[in-house]
Amino acid sequence: MNQLAGKSEVRAIVVEDILPHSVESVWRVLTTPELLSRWLMNNTFAPTLGHRFTFQAQPMGDWNGIVNCEVLEIDPPRRLVYSWVGGSANNAVAGSVLDSVLSFTLTPVAGGTRLKMVHDGFRSPQNDAGYDAMSRGWGSIIQRIGALAREA
Amino acid sequence: MPAVATAPEPHGLAVIMQTLGDPTRRGLYEAIVARGETSVGELTRTAKVSQPAVSQHLKALRIAGLVAERRQGRNAFYSADPVGLEPLVDWLDHYAVFWRERFTALRALLQEIDPK
Repeated sequence: MNQLAGKSEVRAIVVEDILPHSVESVWRVLTTPELLSRWLMNNTFAPTLGHRFTFQAQPMGDWNGIVNCEVLEIDPPRRLVYSWVGGSANNAVAGSVLDSVLSFTLTPVAGGTRLKMVHDGFRSPQNDAGYDAMSRGWGSIIQRIGALAREA
Repeated sequence: MPAVATAPEPHGLAVIMQTLGDPTRRGLYEAIVARGETSVGELTRTAKVSQPAVSQHLKALRIAGLVAERRQGRNAFYSADPVGLEPLVDWLDHYAVFWRERFTALRALLQEIDPK
């Protein structure tokens, strides 16, 4: 149920699972702050387009553990998209800088709901369509690193 | 706290990020990735900085493991080294594990609040 999309191309983490529950129930655990905090992290989420909120992750190095998010798309009970920005360029692997987008798509299927989550924004410059992906994806990450480096 | 615990790994993600944090160096790396193997002269022509400056940046990219150098006579050619990006792959793995665990928690929570 877990895979890395693409090989040496633009990468996203994709997790897809069939849950034996209605789309309404699954939607509820994705969009109710109290329930969201129980399976993901403490948060200030609200199911409103444009709402800015945070998740509190474990602080690491010089990163305070705050993930900054904004609701980019919300279509109950089918689709939810928010930005996911946090981390520090000084952290290796865990807690390192990330400027990404998280999307959840719910589809009713026999016996429950197919939930597909895509965490997009992990970009590698080693790809065939290199230039395009670099300028939009990987490019935005390394520009951000540039900005952080200037602040430091 | 031992000082060694906070020291960055020699070729860790932090080094890659710091190396690419310099806009000129990042531009050179992007040019090498986009063009494939490229000579110092060719990079200097497009970089708008002096050849010694370009050489310094290439050295930093090489130390970070991001580019490989090939010498032919008095010319040096640079190409992107995919091995240098392994920390980025580790980074992906880290998040893949994170989300797998979160999905397990989500499944358990649904079972609890909406038992069938």
